[in-house]
Amino acid sequence: MTIEFRGVTKRYEDGALAVDELSLTVPDGSMTVFVGPSGCGKTTSLRMVNRMVEPTGGEVLLDGRNVRDADPAELRRGIGYVIQHAGLFPHRTVLGNIATVPMLSGWSRRSARRRAGELLDTVGLPAELGSRYPAQLSGGQQQRVGVARALAADPPVLLMDEPFSAVDPVVREGLQDELLDLQRRLGKTIVFVTHDIDEAVRLGDRVAVLRVGGRLAQYGTPADVLRHPVDDFVAEFVGKDRGYRGLSFLSAGDLEVDDVATAAIGSVPEDSDEWRLAIDAERRPRGWLAPGSTVDGRLAEVDLVAGGSLYRRGTSLRGALDAALSSPASLGVVVDDDGATVGVVTARHVLDVIERHPASVTATSGTANTTATSRTANPTATSRTPRA
Amino acid sequence: MIAETLAWLGDPANWSGPGGVPARVLEHVGYVALALAIALVIAVPVGLLVGHTGKGAVLLVGAGNIVRALPTLGVVTLFFLLLAESTPAAVVGLVVLAVPPIMAGTYAGVQAVDPHVVDAASGVGMRGMQRLWQVEVPIALPMVLGGVRNAVLQLVATAAVAAYVGLGGLGRYLMDGLAILDYAEVVAGALFTAALAVVLDLLLAGLQRTVVPRGVRLAELATSKGAA
Repeated sequence: MTIEFRGVTKRYEDGALAVDELSLTVPDGSMTVFVGPSGCGKTTSLRMVNRMVEPTGGEVLLDGRNVRDADPAELRRGIGYVIQHAGLFPHRTVLGNIATVPMLSGWSRRSARRRAGELLDTVGLPAELGSRYPAQLSGGQQQRVGVARALAADPPVLLMDEPFSAVDPVVREGLQDELLDLQRRLGKTIVFVTHDIDEAVRLGDRVAVLRVGGRLAQYGTPADVLRHPVDDFVAEFVGKDRGYRGLSFLSAGDLEVDDVATAAIGSVPEDSDEWRLAIDAERRPRGWLAPGSTVDGRLAEVDLVAGGSLYRRGTSLRGALDAALSSPASLGVVVDDDGATVGVVTARHVLDVIERHPASVTATSGTANTTATSRTANPTATSRTPRA
Repeated sequence: MIAETLAWLGDPANWSGPGGVPARVLEHVGYVALALAIALVIAVPVGLLVGHTGKGAVLLVGAGNIVRALPTLGVVTLFFLLLAESTPAAVVGLVVLAVPPIMAGTYAGVQAVDPHVVDAASGVGMRGMQRLWQVEVPIALPMVLGGVRNAVLQLVATAAVAAYVGLGGLGRYLMDGLAILDYAEVVAGALFTAALAVVLDLLLAGLQRTVVPRGVRLAELATSKGAA
């Protein structure tokens, strides 16, 4: 289902402008992230899709139909809604929460509960959590239940208002990965609101950067926004290390992988004056053996210097550069999909590829500032692979 | 004094007939129950409406405070003079007393529901009344019942005014005892009134345990643990 904002404006009674002439289209089956500082109207814009807020000008269209023509309650039952603190009903069990919309839509209790059970699985929660109450769940689990509740009636559209900002960073990253995975499987049209540009470029097929006062500053793919910010506001908002972050969208292509001296855990290594990569029986990297270090007997984990981040072959250059920079040996370890060592890359190799990369030297083209009605759905597939 | 009270309590004549303790307790409970029922019918809908819509909260709190300031005995006397009927006068006085705590508890309970939960309820497509009955009322129940318990305690203590306008109840022991300077009877009446208040409050506490949803109690526990 396509979502279209057409000159949408929200002016409050005191004259303050929350959203100013917003026009953009979220294509069917894609995810658009509204991002911006507080007061930029991103949440207000989102809430105008399901009429939790009514615009004072312009219109919001779902597949060409003005949301104003629908009964608000009926409209909302057809749109998944996920909010920051999950907003679960404390008096209902997890299954009861998830079954809310099917029950409101007149399903039988039994089929609503069965559907809720399926959704627990969809969002990666064990079935036995179904009889628990929200107060008995962790923050991350509550958010998953919130997502399951939004998906229960299989709505074509999902609205997500900072759904992951109240959970800790490690859990958040897991939830983001799962959302991307869900999106690949279910193909919903999603509007996602965040103030975190990293989250925006990680999740969005498109990113809409809004500025204070509710004006759209730029709408484009994450790569566009990072590489070609339209003005100083966007450039500043996407951050100083946007050049580095932009590497997420460059594929490694012909990145040269070198061989590396290795030493197996449990073997008796000879002395050497170069860095050697310690590997286990499955050739997975365990750490580094420093030059000139002596090992008392067989090589064990205690003899090693901790390694840097790992770069999974075939993923973006950001991971490759980070692997090289974080390695004590200045050699980024390259692994295959099973985690076995393939070789190493140096920062120099990565920079060579970056400099040869056509996209990185393209001058500002006309692609940056557009309302993108007819873009292809997902030009940034490489950014989706977990970073090594 | 204690010996005299014990003697009064031990006298079988005080335990039977229309003036006996069981009959007086029943009368007393009857006034409380009638006043409570009427107060619930008035206070709960108003409290729910104000809590749900958020409109009229200032008026509700202000009116509650004014009514609270009215002396019950004065109200009873006024209505007795106006109506020249004992029962309505006593019951009106008690209703006036019971409405404010129930209304305040109901309003506060609905109003205190987490705004995220209210937002989610509307956002998933509940209509106003669905949100009220399926979400706000179950979550507000502890505070609604808190208001009711409060009201019942005050009703039991104050239902003695019924005797003041010539009706029965445990207030009779106070009135009659004072009239004939039989202090043992006064003390016994006071003891029974206090005991009745405690028993009714315990019953209501039990009711609260059974009707408040388990998830709401768990959430309260989690919050109080978090605050500690």
